[in-house]
Amino acid sequence: MARVIVVTSGKGGVGKTTTSAAIAMGLAKRGHKTAVIDFDVGLRNLDLIMGCERRVVYDFVNVINEEATLNQALIRDKNCNLLYILPASQTRDKDALSQEGVGRVLEELKKDFKYIVCDSPAGIEKGAHLAMYFADDAFVVTNPEVSSVRDSDRMLGILSSKSRRAEQNEEPINEFLLLTRYSPERVKLGEMLSVEDVQDILSLHLLGVIPESKSVLNASNSGTPVILDEKSDAGQAYADIVARYLGEDRPHRFIDDKKGFFRNLFGGK
Amino acid sequence: MSLLDYFKTSKVSTASLAKERLQILVAHERSSKNQPSYLPQLQKELLAVIQKYVNVSQDAISVSFEQDDDQETLELNITLPDSQTKAI
Repeated sequence: MARVIVVTSGKGGVGKTTTSAAIAMGLAKRGHKTAVIDFDVGLRNLDLIMGCERRVVYDFVNVINEEATLNQALIRDKNCNLLYILPASQTRDKDALSQEGVGRVLEELKKDFKYIVCDSPAGIEKGAHLAMYFADDAFVVTNPEVSSVRDSDRMLGILSSKSRRAEQNEEPINEFLLLTRYSPERVKLGEMLSVEDVQDILSLHLLGVIPESKSVLNASNSGTPVILDEKSDAGQAYADIVARYLGEDRPHRFIDDKKGFFRNLFGGK
Repeated sequence: MSLLDYFKTSKVSTASLAKERLQILVAHERSSKNQPSYLPQLQKELLAVIQKYVNVSQDAISVSFEQDDDQETLELNITLPDSQTKAI
């Protein structure tokens, strides 16, 4: 049975596209045929993060409007042949997406794919609404920062009241917390909300913590999802998240300050 | 973080401040989310009616909506001033 995952947050710039690219690649690398869809019509960027920006011919809106078939629009990933990308349209606006059209494309994808990852745009308007509407699971990407936590809470309210599952009185969407750009050093200094603080407020099941990491920018610079950088902390954190989502029990990492008291004392970086 | 910084950590941590502010805000926003959308308009119109007879200020009236498992309560609270009726 195929599952539809939405990667959402409300707030922009918290790491939705980075996360979508990483977990879609992670799921495909683990042997599951996966499609990742960019719902940010007019401001597409998933193609750039996945490194396929020069291979875009047809897009999501073309498929909805039946100007192209799904197979024509899907781009096979260069690193993993079980992963496909459906880019957003860059020239249209969000009104080009319709609930009926999105539902039709997802149903068609479900016949052939195990996981369908929907990269939501920021905000709570049409694009974000349609990205979450058909979801079975939601990855709520949050930064340990007041505006992001507040927006995530708002988004949780929307997931539980405005999704298809909510409207049809089905079992609710499974919601998971992904805390990104986490800095254990700053938490220790009392400068940043801790994992426990954010969980106290949002009461969400924690799927994983992604540490603030240089490897994320390096990965986007080169157009390779950060999960492929297996030596990096962020890459390993995403691999843990994929494993936990698939039911493996892995201890949480990157939550505690690795550096010892003496290194801090002498200004170690 | 250097040795010197250990001697100047007397200030309240901003993280705990953030948590406190968020807890209040989120609780407020969650409770107002389930309120019917006509509530602000209802409050405005009630105030206009009451002001026809009693000289009350804008913040002397509060309308709140609460939802339990089996009942919904609409609570109306008006604080009357000491000297009562206003001659109209």
